[in-house]
Amino acid sequence: MKKELKIFDKPKNVKRFLGFFYASLLVLLVLDFFIHKHAEFPWEGAINFFAVYGFLSCVLLIFIAKILRIFVKRDEDYYD
Amino acid sequence: MTNFMPPAAIFIIGALFVPLIKGKLKSAFMLLLPVIAFATLVKMPEGNYWTLNFLDYNIIFGRVDRLSMVFGYIFTIISFIGILFALKVEDDLQHVSALLYAGGALGVTFAGDFISLYIFWELLAISSTFLILARRTKQSQAAAFRYILVHVFGGLCLLAGIVIYIQNSGTAEFSYIGLSGTGSYLIFIGIALNAAIPPLHPWLQDAYPEATVTGAVFMSALTTKSAVYLMVRTFPGTELLIWLGAIMTAIPIFYAVLENDIRRVLSYSLINQVGFMMCGIGIGTQLAINGTVSHAFCHILYKALLFMSTGSVLYMTGKIRCTDLGGLYKTMPLTCLFCMIGAASISAFPLFSGFVSKSMIISAAAYGKMTIIWLILQFASAGVFHHAGIKVPFFTFFSEDSGIRTKEPPLNMLLAMGIAAFFCIAIAVFPAPLYNILPYPVDYVPYTGAHVVGQLQLLMFGALAFCLLILSGYYPAELRAVNLDTDWFYRKGGRLFYYIMDKILNGLNSVSEKVFVGGLAGYLGRISRDGPVRAALLAMVPAWVISGKAGEKLDQKKTFLRMAIETGTSPVGINAAWATIFLVLVYLLV
Repeated sequence: MKKELKIFDKPKNVKRFLGFFYASLLVLLVLDFFIHKHAEFPWEGAINFFAVYGFLSCVLLIFIAKILRIFVKRDEDYYD
Repeated sequence: MTNFMPPAAIFIIGALFVPLIKGKLKSAFMLLLPVIAFATLVKMPEGNYWTLNFLDYNIIFGRVDRLSMVFGYIFTIISFIGILFALKVEDDLQHVSALLYAGGALGVTFAGDFISLYIFWELLAISSTFLILARRTKQSQAAAFRYILVHVFGGLCLLAGIVIYIQNSGTAEFSYIGLSGTGSYLIFIGIALNAAIPPLHPWLQDAYPEATVTGAVFMSALTTKSAVYLMVRTFPGTELLIWLGAIMTAIPIFYAVLENDIRRVLSYSLINQVGFMMCGIGIGTQLAINGTVSHAFCHILYKALLFMSTGSVLYMTGKIRCTDLGGLYKTMPLTCLFCMIGAASISAFPLFSGFVSKSMIISAAAYGKMTIIWLILQFASAGVFHHAGIKVPFFTFFSEDSGIRTKEPPLNMLLAMGIAAFFCIAIAVFPAPLYNILPYPVDYVPYTGAHVVGQLQLLMFGALAFCLLILSGYYPAELRAVNLDTDWFYRKGGRLFYYIMDKILNGLNSVSEKVFVGGLAGYLGRISRDGPVRAALLAMVPAWVISGKAGEKLDQKKTFLRMAIETGTSPVGINAAWATIFLVLVYLLV
C-alpha cells in the first residue's frame, strides 16, 4: 500500500486553505476596481456585481432547493 | 472520393468482429476503429456523397460541412477515450453496444436525409439500452425498460414528423426546418426528447446512473449531443428554444443540490449544460451557434471526464452515494485530480474548457439584450459550479473520511481520464484550433480582464456561499432519498393508470357478471322454465275464482295445473280453453 495523502487531516492545513481562499476573494474584490469594462447591461459594469450575484445566486439556490425538498423527497424505495 | 466507407460504417461493421477476437488483439482492434474513423474524417471533403437511391428517395450517408465535421471529430475522439476507459471490461455485450452506439451517433451526424437519420437514431436508442442492461442489476433492468419505452415514444414522434415532412416536401433530404406545421412540431418533440428538454428530460437522470461504469461515459457524450447537432441543423433561431433552454439550465440544479447519487448529480448537471446549448440554438446568431457547437465539444470531454472519475470510484469501491463516500483523495489522488479538472471545466473557470465556450452563448444573450435570459444563465453558471464543481469532488474525495481505503483504477482508465483532462485544459489555453473548426468565423476573445475577473468573482463567491452554508449547517444534508421528477408521471402515474384501469375494467367486469351471469341469466332461465306455468295460472285463476273456487280447492287446482304443464300432460279442457282464447283474439284483431 502506498503512503496515504493526509494533508487535510491536519486542522492547520484546512485553516491555511481557507485563509488562502478568503485572501483570493479579497484580491478579486480589489481587482475589480482596476478593470476596464465594456458592459452590455448597466449593472454589469457596477463594481463587484458578479461577486454579489454569484453569492446571492448560490444562497438562493440552496434556499429554493430546501423548499423543493419538502415537496419532492420520498423514501429510497418509493418506486419499488 | 478516396474514402471507402462512412465513419459510421467503420464502427458498425467493426463492432460485429469484436466477439470473434480475443485478448490483446481485441484491445488493439477496438482502439484502432476510432483512429481509422478519424483518419477518414480528416480526408473527407465538404459535400454530399455516399448516396444511394431507395424507393425514389435519395439516401445520403455523407452530408459533410463545417457543422457535421465538428461533431464528427468530437464523437470519434470521445469514442477513443471511452473505448480506452472500457478496455479491461470483459463483456462483449458492452463493447459491441458501445461501438454500435458510436456508429449511430456518427450516422446521425452525417445523415443528409431523414430515412437514414431515422435508422441511426433508433440504433442510438437500442444500442445504448444495452449499456444499461449490461449492469445486470434489478434496478438497471427496470431503468433500461423505462429508457427504451421513452425513446421509442420519442422515435415515433420523430417518425410521424418525418412521414408528414416527406409527404409535404416530396423529398427525404432535410436541412433547416423551423417550427411551422404539425410535422415540424413532431420532429421538434422527437429531437427535444433526446436532448432532454424539460419536461421530456427525466429518462436521463433515471437511466444514466444505472448504466455500467464504462457505458455511462458513452451515454453522457452521444445521445444528447447528437440531438444538439440535429437541433442546430433543423431549428436554429427558434425563439421557443431560448426559454426552454434557460429553464433547462435552472431547474436541474435544484435537484442536483438535493441528489445523493453522484452520477445522478452529474446527470442533472448534464441537462443543465445542454440547456445552455439549447439557449444558444434558440438565439441563433453566428456567435450563439458557434458557442453552442464549441460548448458541445468541450462538454462532451469534461462530462465524460466527470463520469470516468466518479465511475472509477464506483468501479473501485462499489459505492457512489455522497452518504457512503468521502476522504478518497487519500487513496485515489490522481482520480481526484482528474475529477477536479472536469469540475473546473464544467464550472467554466478561466483556463478550463467551459470558459472559452459557454461564455460565447452568454455573450450572445447579452448582445441580444435578453435581460432575463442573461440573468438566468449567470445564475445557472454559479449553480453548476455549486453542485458539479464543488459538491461532486467535495463529497466524493474530501468531506468526512468514510473509512474506505482503495487504490487508483487500472492504468487504461487513468490514461483515458488523462487524455480527457489534457483536452479540457489544452482547449482553454489554446482555443484557436477549436475556434477554427466552428461553423462560422470566430471573432471572439474569451480572455478579457472584465470577463476573467467577473467569472472568477461569480464562481468564487458562489464557493464562499457553499463554504458558509456548510459551516453553518444550513446546507441541506445528503440523504438517502428519492426526489420526485417528471418521471413520476410514467413510473407512479403508470401504476396509477394501471390501478384505475384495473378498478374500472375489473369493476365493470364483476358488475356485469353479477347482472348478466348471476341475475339476468338466472332470471331468464327461471322465466323460460316457469313461463308457461305462470301464463297458464294467469289465465286460469280468474276463471276458477269466478266459478267460486277458493281456499284449499284453489291451491289444489293450482298445484295440479303446475304439475300438468311441467310434465306436459295438461288435460284436454285447458288446451280447448287456450284454443278458444286464441280464436277470440284472432277474431278481435282481424
